[in-house]
Amino acid sequence: MLAPALLYIILLVALPFLLAVFLSLTNSSAGSLQFSFVGLQNFKNVLGSPVFQRALRNTFVFTLISQITVILLGNLLARALMKRFRGKSVARFLILLPWAAPISLATLGWLWIFDSTFSVINWVLKVAGWLGPGKWYYWLGDPTLGMLAIITVHVWRMLPFSTVILLAGLTSIPTEVHEAADLDGAGPLRKTLWITIPMMLPILTVALLFGVVFTFTDMSVVYLLTRGGPYNSTHVLASLAFQDGVLGGDVGRGAAVAIFLLPVLLVLAVVMLRVSRRAEVA
Amino acid sequence: MSVRTVRRAAATVGHRALILCFVAFAVFPFYWMVVTTFKQNADLYVGASNTAHNPFLFNRPPTLDHLATLFGQTLYPTWLFNTLYVGLIVVAITLVLAVPAGYSLARLTGAWGERLSIGIFLTYLVPSTLLFIPFSRLISTLGLQNSTWSLVLIYPTFTVPFCTWLLMGFFKSLPKEVEESAMVDGCGRVGAIWRMVLPLSIPGLLTVVIFALTLVIQEFVYSLTFISSVEKMTVSVGVPVALIRGDVYYWGSLMAACLLTSLPIAVVYNFFLDRFIAGLTVGAVK
Repeated sequence: MLAPALLYIILLVALPFLLAVFLSLTNSSAGSLQFSFVGLQNFKNVLGSPVFQRALRNTFVFTLISQITVILLGNLLARALMKRFRGKSVARFLILLPWAAPISLATLGWLWIFDSTFSVINWVLKVAGWLGPGKWYYWLGDPTLGMLAIITVHVWRMLPFSTVILLAGLTSIPTEVHEAADLDGAGPLRKTLWITIPMMLPILTVALLFGVVFTFTDMSVVYLLTRGGPYNSTHVLASLAFQDGVLGGDVGRGAAVAIFLLPVLLVLAVVMLRVSRRAEVA
Repeated sequence: MSVRTVRRAAATVGHRALILCFVAFAVFPFYWMVVTTFKQNADLYVGASNTAHNPFLFNRPPTLDHLATLFGQTLYPTWLFNTLYVGLIVVAITLVLAVPAGYSLARLTGAWGERLSIGIFLTYLVPSTLLFIPFSRLISTLGLQNSTWSLVLIYPTFTVPFCTWLLMGFFKSLPKEVEESAMVDGCGRVGAIWRMVLPLSIPGLLTVVIFALTLVIQEFVYSLTFISSVEKMTVSVGVPVALIRGDVYYWGSLMAACLLTSLPIAVVYNFFLDRFIAGLTVGAVK
């Protein structure tokens, strides 16, 4: 009974995956079905391109900064949500909204918030006196501000996800463990250091891994906010692969760019297997 | 008041303030969509440099114009229809493939069952941004470019692995004796699953239907890659791609579309989120 699903997955995930590797070694283009082998030429071209180098760096920068922020804020928020308070279920519901909304539509909301003329952020900064007369932030028209905007949207979207995972981890620590530590005279710092962090480690890993994968491989946020601009300064691997391989029609090159997503995914797969195996033993 | 009560009150205030900040951050874009949807254009396009005009409030009476435009003069209703159409077929395919697979994996013991199930789950993590290039090749070879059938063919690549994994968890929680007793009473294995296991797993099946449907509605990359005709688009692509005409933005109708599509999904999703997380973290929380 496993066969139909397995067959489908082999035909439409495993084979296309190999096809992606294969295409990256050819000069295949969208216009024709004919192509020939070019070896590692696509990779050579791609690695020599400044736009690609920038996109590779951006992908890591976006993922690292947003995931560190998400894990730190997520811990803070999960701890705050552990307490009982009135309106807790409403607060939880509202905090979870960003993760549930379709990413392309949520990003459009941010596009409007970051608008060059009507940005509400600029209005607030003007009123607060931060932006003096004649000064203006073009959020999506400046490389640094554009990167900041992209990271903000990633944090906004992934924070609920990590918070819920971390919350599940915090609630799974039996209260007896803390009580026993209290009896032994452990303070809050030692309890965090020797109980919470070690017991949270597997779930912290899971939260981080999913966060990394979803951020690292995403192209929607960049594509809709900046289209990789200005001057290709905010591209990530995924959006560049789309620009080269689909919009530009250079399938081989696009595939080569996308292949660079692989190493991180492989590391993730290995860590996932380890975590699940360790949990099995425990 | 003792020092202790003051300190406790301060902690409570700090806690509420923290929660409030997070809620504000999470909700703000949605609040902004609501305000934009119902504002008159004259109230919307004032420019942020005018500090006398507070964009957070309605400075003129709210209007339903943008909603009327969205439903009367754009293809939004068509996109909704396309999305649901594709969604329902994909859900059906997902159930047909994932239910038997999830059941077999749940009953398959030993190292191979374990490896297979993790392998299937890992395919869920192969990102669309890696597969869209070979898929676009495949789709054009099959002559499905610019057809919603391309989505029907491809979308199960992410719904099947995830739903198989979720269903496996549900079936594992049902004791083997359920179908064994039915088989003793003369049912075959398939009959036992149909009469005993499935009725007991209705909550699980419902969860899977909801997730498959929301994943389809949220999907952006494949739809953007395969569909080029405006009238064939799904809602997650039609709104960002076709509602923005050139450099002219119709922010009122645009935000109305985002709001009307996001909120129902977000509400439904919220109810099922704990199961989603439980599915993802199987093994890491005990």
